[in-house]
Amino acid sequence: MSIDQFAQYLISGLTDGSIYALLGLGFTIIYAVTRIINFAQGEFVMIGGMLSYTLAASAGLSIPLSILLSILSAAAVGAIMYLLAIRTARRASVVSLIIITIGFSIFVRGVAAEIWGVNTMRPPLFSGKTPLSLPFVDAVITPQAIWIIGTAVVVTILLHLFLKYTMVGKALKACAVNPEAAGLVGINSKAMALIAFVLAAVIGGTSGVVMAPHILASYDMGVMLGLKGFVAASIGGFKNPIATVVGGLLLGVVENVAVGLNWGPFTSSYKHVIALAVLLLILLIRSGRLASEERAA
Amino acid sequence: MLKFIVSKWKYLVAAALLIFLILIPFDWFLGQYTSIMIFIGISTIVTVGLCLLMGYTGQVSLGQAAFYGLGAYFSAVLSKSYDVNPWLAMLIAAVATGLFAFIIGYPIFRLRGNYLAMATLGIGLIIYILFRQLIGITGGPDGMAGIPYLSIGGFEFDTNFKRYFLVWFFCLSVLFLSQNIVRSRTGRALRAIHGSEVAAESIGINVTRFKVKIFVLSAVYASLAGSLFVHHLRFVSPQTFDFLGSVKLVVMAVIGGLASIWGAIFGAGATTILSDELLLNLGEWDIVAYGIILMLVMIFTPEGLFVALKSATHWLQHNWRDLPSIVKRKRKELPAIVKSILKRSLLTRGWRKAEP
Repeated sequence: MSIDQFAQYLISGLTDGSIYALLGLGFTIIYAVTRIINFAQGEFVMIGGMLSYTLAASAGLSIPLSILLSILSAAAVGAIMYLLAIRTARRASVVSLIIITIGFSIFVRGVAAEIWGVNTMRPPLFSGKTPLSLPFVDAVITPQAIWIIGTAVVVTILLHLFLKYTMVGKALKACAVNPEAAGLVGINSKAMALIAFVLAAVIGGTSGVVMAPHILASYDMGVMLGLKGFVAASIGGFKNPIATVVGGLLLGVVENVAVGLNWGPFTSSYKHVIALAVLLLILLIRSGRLASEERAA
Repeated sequence: MLKFIVSKWKYLVAAALLIFLILIPFDWFLGQYTSIMIFIGISTIVTVGLCLLMGYTGQVSLGQAAFYGLGAYFSAVLSKSYDVNPWLAMLIAAVATGLFAFIIGYPIFRLRGNYLAMATLGIGLIIYILFRQLIGITGGPDGMAGIPYLSIGGFEFDTNFKRYFLVWFFCLSVLFLSQNIVRSRTGRALRAIHGSEVAAESIGINVTRFKVKIFVLSAVYASLAGSLFVHHLRFVSPQTFDFLGSVKLVVMAVIGGLASIWGAIFGAGATTILSDELLLNLGEWDIVAYGIILMLVMIFTPEGLFVALKSATHWLQHNWRDLPSIVKRKRKELPAIVKSILKRSLLTRGWRKAEP
């Protein structure tokens, strides 16, 4: 592999990685506050992507307006999910909660297949399609990829500031560290859980809107993306948003470079297997710590 | 006489059910349902394994369809491409799948809860992708056709009628075997693990070994079901064994009540009939209904629909005489109950003050 090719794979890796990082952030926020793995995280992304297509390409709204409406819709779905499906299941075990979120994701996916059909859609690109060439190396980057990477950076910074400097953000962090102690100082853990779900849905919807013109949107895009996001979050340990973002970028780069090597089993048809293998590896390496955490929770 | 019936009613019901089960495939009885009953039998075998793993031991598996698929593909490839005797192929499939579960069992059972769920999901998806990509061996996404029937001597299981008895013979054997396991020392150890792993360990139960044991058993059950599946349909394609396939198996176990061996038939039956008969009328909305049912069952009867029905009939048995007065009382309480459900789902109370 020449240096130019490597640079090209690195660019695609960072683009994919930003997508995974955004998904991973959703997992991390919900898990940290509620200890629930939200199997429907990918569906928020799908709603964002598909709605932005309908609003921008079919209904003819301007791109900023369609983006805003799509994100708000995803947020509404997140709130509905928490209030109707999660909140009503009190004292549910881990198994029950996993199955409830899977049920919700199947439900959303089914409705989406009814509304939009099974074809893939391409919402309009944000700003043209002429690829820009990079300095120093012979590689290109599409404007949409810049949008994706930029969104990941902005969302990460905003989230960091939100968690660090606002009262609600601090309360969310308190819930993540110790829900009971947070309750003792007057933090409403149920309201925090709702905020976590809405926040995750907003991030999911945003990433769906931004990535849909690049990777195309379809009703079942959430399944594999959700899994990749989970891998990113598990590299980050489900605690720290920054670590999750690093995990997502790492996964994207590893995937693309491994496919680029095109050696032995690392061909593009096994791209997903690479992510899954990374997942298993991470889980097994960290298993000792994860087990003690689960026991404590 | 009445006293005899009352005291032995469980055996009488069991005998009646057995006779019913034997009569189903005859054309003058319920012959048109033979095919769906075969699928119910096959699904029950996988579900029982999942019940042992999830209900009794408390360990999640979101990759059970992979073991089901391994059994199916081992049987299909060996008996079709390599002309191995189907029975021998079935045995090799079960041993190989069990061995695979044993090898992955020790590392993954160091994980718990959510992480275990994700690890099993990951393994399941890897195997599913291999089924699709190893085109030279598995036929890829198009699958394989023309797999031979099972036969004993010259007797070939070539009609639904014959295969019905074959499948249900295996199904009932698996159910009885599982019931014995649950009632044995092993079963008590499993329940202890479910209750508290620390406590189980402190009374000398080797927690990991029992978990792996039951994981291997559930994999062997799934493999057996997979073999029966391919020798019934004579066709196999990867689609059956994807993530949704694993979820469907979990749904069967959940509806049947996770900690209930005989509930597995109920779960497999209800789910199969629901998705193959009733929901088909809804057209493509079936998957939507599926998701809703899944959520409702988990929210309102987390111990399983079958177990909930069982306790409801139990309650009726004891309280049927006072039923009118209870209904009257409950009707008065109804507004309060509705209100509390609304409170639970909406934030009416939560916003105002913190939970104590």
